[in-house]
Amino acid sequence: MSTDAGFESEVMRHLDAAYNLARWLARNDQDAEDVVQEAVLRAFRFFGGFRGGDARIWLLAIVRNTFYTQRSRVPAAGTLEEFDEAVHGGEDLDDPQAVLLRAADAQSLRDALERLPPEFREVLVLRELEECSYKEIAAITHLKIGTVMSRLARARERLQRELAGREVAA
Amino acid sequence: MNCADLRLLSHAYLDDELDAADSLGVARHISECPACAQRLRLQAQLRERLRDAGLYRSASAALRTRIAARLPRPAHERRHSRRGWSVALATLAALCVIAVMFAGWQALQLRRQGSDALIADAVSDHVRSLLPGHLIDVRSTNEHTVKPWFDGRVDFSPQVRDLTAQGFELVGGRLDVLDGKQVAALVYRRHLHMINVFQWPSKRTMIASAVQTRNGYHVVQWSESGLRFVAVSSVAEGDLRTFVRAFRAAPAASGEPAR
Repeated sequence: MSTDAGFESEVMRHLDAAYNLARWLARNDQDAEDVVQEAVLRAFRFFGGFRGGDARIWLLAIVRNTFYTQRSRVPAAGTLEEFDEAVHGGEDLDDPQAVLLRAADAQSLRDALERLPPEFREVLVLRELEECSYKEIAAITHLKIGTVMSRLARARERLQRELAGREVAA
Repeated sequence: MNCADLRLLSHAYLDDELDAADSLGVARHISECPACAQRLRLQAQLRERLRDAGLYRSASAALRTRIAARLPRPAHERRHSRRGWSVALATLAALCVIAVMFAGWQALQLRRQGSDALIADAVSDHVRSLLPGHLIDVRSTNEHTVKPWFDGRVDFSPQVRDLTAQGFELVGGRLDVLDGKQVAALVYRRHLHMINVFQWPSKRTMIASAVQTRNGYHVVQWSESGLRFVAVSSVAEGDLRTFVRAFRAAPAASGEPAR
């Protein structure tokens, strides 16, 4: 019973964070709800093994794992590694794009973020929406901190290009 | 540090994940390189857009209820499960408690995040102020010169205090921007260390915070007489505490020399 009470106070209060990550990974409400439900039930089963620390980070890691296993996707670790090291590859953004960025409305931001590969999307969501530190993102995604840093850099550059490209096309 | 380094480090700089030496390196580079400075501005802008665009998706009440229903119920509730009303009431009470706790926690969280961002901002202002030529706009060890200098430059009357006797020498003042607001910054010196004291009008009252440390810099916040204060420095923690105590205890300078 004390376990149940502990679970309520430690884990259930992070349901919004869990849903936010799942929603951005799955990109639709139904799948996101399935992921969250499954993840919370898993978390409940494993809660006995939770040894303190930040329950939000712990739950987010489970949500992420659940998403990738449900989709039988391979978690991102490794797949983008080589790519990440080549951060210097992208071309520079110049002034006209600054103007476009300012003009980008919430809808085009949302669309651009959804178009990013999940590996980029998840680090951006964790950093900008969940306000996780690099260390926390590393714990959730099983990446090295250096990789978190380079992936975030790439993700933001990619997002800027997406936004600029979309605005030009429109 | 060159432009290629900046490509990667500028993100960590914005995210406040660099140590003091690297932060200083980035700050120095962007003060000399307009292209990188522009890129940093763009990145900061994108970040703000992302945070302000209402992209956060919260769990629906229906999902919350559905999940709660699927969790095994606590043992004592199962025993009384025939008495449906007590279970329903207990659940309702528990949900209320959770909702209240959640709201409280969120408020706390928001507050904490706000305060964290403020500290990060104050520390980077401090670091920037140490770059050559950035420290002071009005150089004077006399509080009666520094205080009037702010007249017409900020829309409030900053507290300028003489702390020479306590071992903190007033060096001067400047205008700075903190948390998007124009603030007055006073610069004091203790041996080789600089102390920046930022102040601006605020309705929020705040007792002096414990010393918080960020990237090796110490930060103390407090408020008094309608002004909010943040002191940042690399002096020892104890010295910063002494400074804040001395500052708060010292009489404020008026515009005229006291006689």
